[in-house]
Amino acid sequence: MKTTSAPRSGLHRLLLAGEFVVTAELQATDSADPASVLELADLLRGKADAVNCTDNSAAHPHIAPLASARLLVEHGIEPIMQLTCRDRNRLALQADLLGAGALEIPNVLCMTGDDVSTGDHPEASPIYDIDSIHLLRIARIMRDEGRYLSGRALAVPPSFLVGAVENPFAPPLEFRPMRLGKKIEAGAEFIQTQICFNVDKLRLFMARCGELGLLDHAWILAGVFVPRSARAARYLRDEVPGLDVPDRVIERMDAAPSERQPDEGVKIALEIVDQVRGIPGISGVHLMSIKNEHAIARVVEEAGLLPRPTVVPAPVA
Amino acid sequence: MARTLDRRPPATAPAPTGFRRALLLVEKGTKESLWDCRMCGQCILHSTGLACPMRCPKNLRNGPCGGVLQDGNCEVVPEMRCVWVQAWEGSRRLPLWRGHMAHIQRPIDWRLQETSSWENLLTGRDRAVPAGWGTAGR
Repeated sequence: MKTTSAPRSGLHRLLLAGEFVVTAELQATDSADPASVLELADLLRGKADAVNCTDNSAAHPHIAPLASARLLVEHGIEPIMQLTCRDRNRLALQADLLGAGALEIPNVLCMTGDDVSTGDHPEASPIYDIDSIHLLRIARIMRDEGRYLSGRALAVPPSFLVGAVENPFAPPLEFRPMRLGKKIEAGAEFIQTQICFNVDKLRLFMARCGELGLLDHAWILAGVFVPRSARAARYLRDEVPGLDVPDRVIERMDAAPSERQPDEGVKIALEIVDQVRGIPGISGVHLMSIKNEHAIARVVEEAGLLPRPTVVPAPVA
Repeated sequence: MARTLDRRPPATAPAPTGFRRALLLVEKGTKESLWDCRMCGQCILHSTGLACPMRCPKNLRNGPCGGVLQDGNCEVVPEMRCVWVQAWEGSRRLPLWRGHMAHIQRPIDWRLQETSSWENLLTGRDRAVPAGWGTAGR
């Protein structure tokens, strides 16, 4: 069953209340000035219920998610701290999970991570000591049983909500729902999907998840990207592994004159938000862009998702 | 035979000699040539459609990452078919163990690398899990 404990975060509170939630991805910054994070985050204030702090996304180093998530907490914006298995072994991952608890970061998202070969340090040693399903399980062991993987006790366990990702759009398509089931069994309480341009694939995936009985056990948020230009759409198709960007999306962006392309991108995103809202089991959307936070705000507004329901500060569970 | 085999983790166990060495060499020769096995010492080939999950550049034991290319190839090695696409297809062809694709596999014990999984199966060493892991998965 979906976790029905006292709300662990504002996001959890809204999900428990049956609200259609909005999360958004914060562009990771390359600055030691906290203002760089906060200025971007402010563009999403009041638009998203929680904001993802990415973990060296696309295998490029950026500000640590533990740091940016804490900056958001202090700034009154609820973070979702991403944590990948690419850069840390099980000791470092557990240290960061405990640190997230101590820094009152209310949501963590456990994932494998883009490979170092896709980033700007391809010569780096990839870690992959454990996989995302192990990390989910470990986060739940720490939170629910108050101990490390080794069995050693924590003095005070963390209380965050635990999330995972899934890609319904990449092969092997038939296995994806079963893999989601494994993630839920391991401890995932909410799911953010990879970017959806192919709503039919998402519909099939969700139907299969329903047959497997997964929809009563986790909240699933559909990933939606807001392209700013035809170039951005092509970048997703050609450079981001695992994405299914249909030709019709590229063609639509190409057909718009360049100054109208941002509007066309918002229009495409709005259509997808509208379609995924009707899919049984979809509890919200996770909006992403590349340096286009204004467009995320526009999509939330034009989709009629404003005002966001009030997020009461997360109590300690 | 139990006395011949060694339950200690490799860091403390003596290098395999005699029967244990023979076992290791037979396993290595067979499985490397048949399945491109990476000798993790905790074999789950039967649960993964006879595709060795350690061939995945991300060492994934529980299924594919989100980066599998639309043609079913690996994001890290684009000319290679994704190990987990092979695993899924392979598992559908197996008369037994198909349901194992849904099993949660435990974290890897890296100390068992380059040891014989057959020996570890007989001694039960491959079933040892960290105390905190409990009974989740297999």
